[in-house]
Formats: sequence, C-alpha cells, structure tokens
Amino acid sequence: MSDQNSSSIKNFLNDAGNRALIFQALLLAVVVFVGYYLFSNLQANLADQGISTGFEFLNQPAGFPVLIHLIEYTEANTYGRAFVVALINTVVISLLGIALATVIGVVMGLARLSNNWLVARLATVYVETLRNIPLLLQMFFWYFAVLATLPIPKNSIIFGDFFLNKRGIYSPNPITQDGFGIVIAGFILSIIASIALVVWAKKRQTRTGLWFPAYWASFGTIIVITFLALVVSGFPIEFDLPQKSRFNVTGGMVLPPEFVAVLVALSTYTGAFIAEIVRAGILSVNWGQTEAARSLGLKDSLTQRLIVLPQALRVIIPPLTSQFLNLAKNSSLGAAIAYPELVAVVMGTTLNQTGQAIENIGLCMLVYGTLSLSISMFMNWYNKKMSLIER
Amino acid sequence: MKSNVGKLLSTAAIAATISTGAAAATLDDVKAKGFIQCGVSQGVPGFSNADVNGNWTGIDVDACRATAAAIFGDAQAVKFTPLSAKERFTALQSGEIDMLSRNTTWTYTRDTSLGLDFTAVNFYDGQGFMARKDLGVESALDLDGATVCTEQGTTTELNMADFFRKHKMNYVPVIVQKADEALAAYASGRCDVFTTDKSGLAAHRSKLSDPNAHVILPETISKEPLGPVVRHGDNQWKDIVTWAMFVQVNAEEMGINSKNVAKIKSESNDPGIRRLLGAEGNMGESLGLGADWAYNIIAEVGNYGEVFERNVGPNTPVGLPRGINNLWTEGGVMYAPPVR
Repeated sequence: MSDQNSSSIKNFLNDAGNRALIFQALLLAVVVFVGYYLFSNLQANLADQGISTGFEFLNQPAGFPVLIHLIEYTEANTYGRAFVVALINTVVISLLGIALATVIGVVMGLARLSNNWLVARLATVYVETLRNIPLLLQMFFWYFAVLATLPIPKNSIIFGDFFLNKRGIYSPNPITQDGFGIVIAGFILSIIASIALVVWAKKRQTRTGLWFPAYWASFGTIIVITFLALVVSGFPIEFDLPQKSRFNVTGGMVLPPEFVAVLVALSTYTGAFIAEIVRAGILSVNWGQTEAARSLGLKDSLTQRLIVLPQALRVIIPPLTSQFLNLAKNSSLGAAIAYPELVAVVMGTTLNQTGQAIENIGLCMLVYGTLSLSISMFMNWYNKKMSLIER
Repeated sequence: MKSNVGKLLSTAAIAATISTGAAAATLDDVKAKGFIQCGVSQGVPGFSNADVNGNWTGIDVDACRATAAAIFGDAQAVKFTPLSAKERFTALQSGEIDMLSRNTTWTYTRDTSLGLDFTAVNFYDGQGFMARKDLGVESALDLDGATVCTEQGTTTELNMADFFRKHKMNYVPVIVQKADEALAAYASGRCDVFTTDKSGLAAHRSKLSDPNAHVILPETISKEPLGPVVRHGDNQWKDIVTWAMFVQVNAEEMGINSKNVAKIKSESNDPGIRRLLGAEGNMGESLGLGADWAYNIIAEVGNYGEVFERNVGPNTPVGLPRGINNLWTEGGVMYAPPVR
C-alpha cells in the first residue's frame, strides 16, 4: 500500500508538466511574499516617519486653482476632482496632438517624396530641424519666444468678435437655447443616413461595379440636414461675446497660450518623426506595383489610394504606434510651461500639498500606463485589420 | 531554487535597511561623511543664491552654515542641493538632504502630515503681489479679473486662491513649475500680477530688466514664517538645527558678533556669556557637540543681525527693512529662548 503511494508521488514529481507547475507556484509565492514584505515595510516606515498614507486625501478640498478645466472646477472641489480635471487635460492634448501630428506627418512625408525640388527641400529642412531639437526647448520656444510676442490685452488684435493677445485667442462662446434638441436630432439623423448611403454604395459597387461618390454625398447630407434643422428651430443659439475689461478680455471662449504652445510643440515634433515613417512606408512598396496599376489603367490618385497606401500602411503602423505612445507621454512636459496636465496638477501641486509622493506618483503611473496601453491596443487592432490577409 | 529564494530575501532585507536608515541619527551620518547636505532654492537672491563661482550665499544658506559651524567648527562643511518648491519635501523625506533651508513656510499640514519638523523661524514673511506700474493698480483689492503668475507647489498657490475667493474676485491662475519661469511669464506680459512672499517679490524684482517699472502692492495676504526643516523623529538633529538659530538671535541680543566674540570669550565675567561661549562648562554636550559650538557659530557666521544685514538688509540689492524681523527688544518678533 505505502509502496504504491510513494511510487505514485514519485510519478507525479517526475512528470515534467507537474514539476513546471510546482516551480511556477513556488516562484509566484516568493514574488507575492517579497511584494507583501516590501509593501508592509514601506507602510511601517511611512508610519514611523509620520507621513500620511492612503488615498483619503482625494476627498479633501484641494484649495488650489487650475487654469484649464473642461468640467466644472473651483478651489472648493476635492483633490479627486482636480485629478479628473488634469486627466481630461492630458487625454485631450494627447488625442488632439496625435490627430494633428498624423496630418502633419503624412503631408510632410509626401512632400519629401515630391518631384517639386522646393517642396521636397522645405520638408527635409522641417524634418531635420524639428526632430533634432529637444522637445522641452521647442515648448519654451513656442511659449516664451513666439506667443509672448503677441500684443498685451489692451492692444489686442481684433477680427470682428475675435480677440488675439498674449493671454490667448478669444472667440464667441455659443450658448444653446431651447429647441436645440431638434438640431441635435437632425445631426444624428443625417449621420445615420450617411452611414446607410456609404453601405449601399459599397454593396452596389461590389454587385454592379458602378461607383458612387458616397463620401462627398454624405458630407453634403450632414451639412444640409443640420442646417435645415437650424432653420426649422429658428437658430436656437446665442453667443457670449468676449469683451475688453480692465485687465483682460473677459467672456467668450478662450484658448490659452499654454494649450496652444503644448499642442503645436507636440504635434510638430512628433509630426517630423511620422513624416519619416510615412516616407519609409511608401518607399517600401515596390515600384512595380505602381507600374502594374498604371498598366491596368488606374488613375494616379486611385493608384495611391488603392494600391500603394494599403501596402505602405503595413510598414507604417507599427512604428507609428510608438510615435503615438511617445506623444502621449511627452505631453507631461507641458507641466514646464504651466499647461495644467497630470504631472503639473498631481505630481506638482497635489503632491506638494499632501506630501504623499508614493500615492500621487502611483496614480500618475497608472494613468500613463492605461493611456499608453489603450492607444497600443487600438493600434494593434488597426494593424491587424490592415495586415495582409492571405487567401 | 533555494539559493534564489535566499538572494531574494537578502535583497528584501537590504531594501528594508535602506528605508529604515533615513530615521537613524542624522548627526552620526553627518559626522561620518564630514559635511551637511543642505537643500536650498534654485536661486532667490538674499535667501539662497549661487554666484558665478558657485559660492552660495543668503539667509537660508547661513542657517546651514551655522549648523555646520556648530558641528564641525567649519561653516564651509556644507554641500548644497538646489531644489524646486515641488521637489523639496520629497528630497528631505527620502534622506537625500539632511536639512531643508529653502524659504519654506511653517504650516500645520506640513508640520503634521509630511513627516517633517520645523525647527525655528529665520525670517517672518507674508505673501504679497507685484504688478506693473503702468496698470495703475494701487491695492490688491483692485485685482478683480487679473491674470496671476506664481510658482507651483507652494503655500502661495493656496493663499492666492483663498484671497480671491474671500473677496469674491475673479482671476486667471497661471501656475508655472519653477520660480524663474513664472517670473519670465510675468515679465513677458502673460500675467498682470506676480505673487509670492514679499521678500521673494523684492528679490525677484531685482532680477527684472527694469525693476522700477514694477510696484509691490501694500497688502500682505498671509503669514509666512520661514525656517529650516528636518525629518520628523530625529530629535537630537532637530535640537541642533533649532539651537543654531536661537544662538544667533541670543548673540545679537547680548551684543556679541563675529568681530568681538573672541575678545568677549576671553574677557567677559558674565556667567551666562561664559557658558554660551564655552569658556565655562560644556553646554554643547547635551546636543552631542563640543563646548565651543555656539562660539563657532558666532565667529564663523555671525549673529542674526549680521546675517540679515549681509544678505537682505537695506544695503543689499534685495534691500529689505528689518521691520518685523527685528529683535523683540527693538520692536520686532525675533525672540529666542535663553541658552541656559
């Protein structure tokens, strides 16, 4: 009996799979133990030094102002709310930066390949200059050298109801009135109609080979229907106009120079890298592909759109993803020129007022980790969609 | 496998000793390495500022030098770490510096929840506003709608918010990471007003291209007692830094300065002075220091009055009047417990 038992244990231990499992479990236990040990050690030491711990501070009133807040925020709100405000600022600048950098990058990448000598050289100068100067320096340049040369509020440059000065760009702020629901409904309706139109056009083309300009048509549909809705509801929008006051221009909407400087610096800097990626992607598509397309009688624009670009994208997307991730992380440099993003608000002010370095840095790391992984996941999905499907 | 576990455990043990090391006796660490690592500002004239040769001067620098003189008899046994406002507390908490002397305001929250202890006040300050003269602003109460520049991570940020809320005034806050860039933003016209402690305003104004085009508004909107900070829980170290300051105030009160201290030590019959200067007994023993600790402070750094006049007094570029920082016997609030 006991012999049988011991031999079955032996057999169990001699099985490579079982052994691997046991070692994995042991390793996991050690990692958990060490992690727990370090964590409790940290807790004990923080308590010894009299430093507060935990996330209760997020419910305390913050007491400090934030320059740019897209949701309601006052000094009486909590640190938690200030964190959300800063998070939104980071996400907004990252997404806008990514969109703008992509446009700049594609345009500049194509320009470098242009047959026009001047255009190609200008694009080369742009790329070589911007990608070889540190980003922080470029932010300081835009903020202190370029935007600071604008006039003071008293001497604002005025176009109608728009004001431009050192403190930002002021524009009328649309305030929706009763009946605006009709406009929103019209807008949504037109979008649904355009999607249906595009789907129908695609189906028809597969079936009959006839082509229909669906994108232009849907663009027109959206504009016409939304405008009709505006007319029907009697233009339910009023504008809060900016006005000069003693110190500043008040009222209206304002785009502060901090925001503009960070956005311009981020998108032109990353755009220079994207330009090179786009150029490399297009050059990687064999010239024979273009020749083949031409010999089939395709127009140049269609050759680019249907033959070259889809193949180039397979080369472009993976390095493009890392540029997007870089841009999102580089947005933290905005802290240096007073753009109230995550690092400025959480690791600057909140950390300093609460003294809880570990919690605040942890929060920031979590946010940047999540943001980067989300961008990465989206780009991986897009990459998969664009990759070569072998039949 | 076993040896791996052993390695991991010993790594963890090392991590544990490093993190507890910070709470150990700072005096022993300082004596062992032979100098004090002192956290100062990145450049506030009169408080802590480095000249072209890298020599630090200022009232906050002298607080570190006085401590070094007390311990080593050498006011030069200090190394400086320039810190921004937002870095300073973490640098002290983590043990990167031994003491923080960086025009830091003593507040309830900082004293109780940051794991830090304030030692003494070496400058009584208050927050004020600086504006361009041509705006015609005469009072801080005229600032409704103004754009205000300030440095991030200071009590200034909170006081400013409280002030505008209290007076139901609107304002646009531009909060910049470093003091110099906040000042640059103000100088470029991004802001109407620059706010920080009044001593700082005077110091920063001296850095502007045309100091006379700017006016410091009369209101003082807060109490800002500034002083050196140490880690919580090392009482001996806290006592040394505290009493290095108190000795300077007492010396001024007794009329002892860096020039006459040697003479007074050899000639005085006053038992209080003889005890203080180490001519009789050993007052330094209870701090873990030598008998001549106070003598060294006065001989090498000077009394409080000398420190003030040398760094921020009326004959310096900062040019602050003694005002509230005068001795209690002269109408100010500088008052130190007696050395006995």
